[in-house]
Amino acid sequence: MWGIIRQKVGTGGISAPSMERIRPAVSAWRCYSSSGKEMTVRDALNSALDEEMSADPKVYVMGEEVGEYQGAYKITKGLLDKYGPERVVDTPITEAGFAGIGVGSAYYGLRPVIEFMTFNFSMQAIDHIINSAAKSNYMSAGQINVPIVFRGPNGAAAGVGAQHSQCFAAWYASCPGLKVLAPYSSEDARGLLKAAIRDPDPVVFLENELLYGESFPVSAEVLDSSFCLPIGKAKIEREGKDVTITAFSKMVGYALKVINLRSIRPLDRATINASVRKTNRLVTVEEGFAQHGVGAEICTSVIEDSFGYLDAPVERISGADVPTPYAANLERMAFPQIEDIVRAAQRACFRSVPMAAAA
Amino acid sequence: MFQSLDFPGGRVAFTSDMSFIAESSEKRVKCYRVLDDNGHPMSSRFEQVSKEVAVKMYSSMVTLQIMDTIFYEAQRQGRLSFYLTSNGEEAINIASAAALSPDDVVLPQYREPGVLLWRGFTMQEFANQCFGNKADYGKGRQMPIHYGSNKHNYFTVSSPIATQLPQAVGAAYSLKMDRRDACVVTYFGDGGSSEGDFHASLNFAAVMEAPVVFICRNNGWAISTPTSEQFRSDGIVVKGQAYGVRSIRVDGNDALAVYGAIHAAREMAIREQRPILVEALTYRVGHHSTSDDSTKYRPADEIQHWKISRNPVARFRKWIERNGWLNDEDESELRGNVRKQLLHAIQVAERTEKPPLGDLFADVYDHLPSNLQEQERLLRETIEKHPQDYPDGVPV
Repeated sequence: MWGIIRQKVGTGGISAPSMERIRPAVSAWRCYSSSGKEMTVRDALNSALDEEMSADPKVYVMGEEVGEYQGAYKITKGLLDKYGPERVVDTPITEAGFAGIGVGSAYYGLRPVIEFMTFNFSMQAIDHIINSAAKSNYMSAGQINVPIVFRGPNGAAAGVGAQHSQCFAAWYASCPGLKVLAPYSSEDARGLLKAAIRDPDPVVFLENELLYGESFPVSAEVLDSSFCLPIGKAKIEREGKDVTITAFSKMVGYALKVINLRSIRPLDRATINASVRKTNRLVTVEEGFAQHGVGAEICTSVIEDSFGYLDAPVERISGADVPTPYAANLERMAFPQIEDIVRAAQRACFRSVPMAAAA
Repeated sequence: MFQSLDFPGGRVAFTSDMSFIAESSEKRVKCYRVLDDNGHPMSSRFEQVSKEVAVKMYSSMVTLQIMDTIFYEAQRQGRLSFYLTSNGEEAINIASAAALSPDDVVLPQYREPGVLLWRGFTMQEFANQCFGNKADYGKGRQMPIHYGSNKHNYFTVSSPIATQLPQAVGAAYSLKMDRRDACVVTYFGDGGSSEGDFHASLNFAAVMEAPVVFICRNNGWAISTPTSEQFRSDGIVVKGQAYGVRSIRVDGNDALAVYGAIHAAREMAIREQRPILVEALTYRVGHHSTSDDSTKYRPADEIQHWKISRNPVARFRKWIERNGWLNDEDESELRGNVRKQLLHAIQVAERTEKPPLGDLFADVYDHLPSNLQEQERLLRETIEKHPQDYPDGVPV
């Protein structure tokens, strides 16, 4: 498994024209912080790991390059020096191996945090995630519980091609026994990672490479070591009144008035439906493929629970149904852009021409 | 002139002779054995076993044989959906278990119920799991033979092959961090050694210096695949050195050899904090499972040969009998009792209620989440409204 070719993509991999459009609105939003402190997602994750390792000696980190190299994306920076090689374990290259070993150690009482260099590589370990971790509590009738966290970057970075760009949220979220989280901001990253580590069930924690360097305001409450966010609750980033837009991870930054899902499994159906009952319209946004995706699940859940409230067809915005191409122009067309989301919202409000149905 | 070269990994001597290491040694790795085919010790140097332990070992081997016969029959009669036997591997099962301490953590593949039997799992407990009733520790969640019991330090059997190997290394790592006077013992077959997980586990266990004993039951067959099609190495024992793991080959049908080897392996694993690989050569006398008919791919006389002349139970019996520790009466009393117990256990298990409806949704997570509470509520409502569509005899 060769390393990912990491590109410097400035502040977030959003293409230049869109950046100009989004910048002013985002900065205005960011001024609402009370403590005035900002923290990158990277530091948020690092501090969460540090605090949880300090609080519980059973928590340990394992993965490729997490120790000496300080982490492929520097998320585990400084942890080896502080906690030693017993608790920050550099592994040989075998995702299947270290995922299985992590699960086995969790069977016997440790609380591992397993890092995948990207969730694309977790495919080599998915048997252990599903068949050894997710199902064990059930299959053993509660005798074997697996308090493990699998974390790492998910979804597209920029210019890294098909085998480094897929979003696996839908794959993991379809499996009972797993909890699947997708933070967006630094507050999300801290609160959800702490919750994941403390949770007795196996958790898949989907980060995003392009968000690691992004700074977000953090309050004093968020910075406290006991801070924790509940699993299964979405966050309404800003209340809209015309259409409900749901998104997770990097896509949250593309739409301001959006429900930040935070938790893909369990999905916060209640918050989503409550919002749709007010706006009567729904657009879901995700990077991943449309078929069997997170958006498909949300659309169905709204149809099941709030059909009578809908004034327009539900719509899902998703990545193109192709393995991610490398060329920059093709890559841009393979993922939702802000214009796509805006047009979808307009369609939902019957302010523009409907899209021709796909053949 | 320097005689050796410094490369990452250390110094190596160099040579001007270009020679390839042969794909296999001229001589195969020797196999450790204590008793000959007639149950005579071949040397006086072996790990002694007291009369009590020897008799318990023998009774357990016999119990395992009878259990296998009767459960297999029950499946054939349609009372069980599935079963698989350990025929021919009774010595590996029981003797290895006898050499361990109850604190050693066992991660089985699926052909090792004898280990659980040795540790005190009762006929009733086995039957309950096979029938998936409400007394099953697995709450009826799994197919027959997928036993598991925390109190016996025996991890629940899981079907995918060899996944227990890296899990064992992880559990051993946990034991190591706790500095426990115990090791992890994990079993797998010749077929399991082909899985990627086997490679990752041995490699990792060596690097992490984990106290784990890997026991390979090389019984010659992986369903219909003979070992000649499974690998081209000299069995599994030679793979140990490739990973830096100390290893031994033992006669798996010799209870005393297995006992001795496992006892020694365990000591080394704990004292030296290292993995050990034990390859136990044996033969799978039975079919792979009740879904298999092995006469379709191997000769019936080969099966007979191993069943009769190479039988591990009979061989051990000869040794015990010669020591004056067992006679024919004891034997028939034992067999009679076990049979009676088993038939009774099956009857009771068959008649015991199935697990209640609530067990469908419990244990998916540590706590029942709201979506499952909702599903359970809807299901109960549906059952109340349409009771005729719900099977009788299943508690709600």
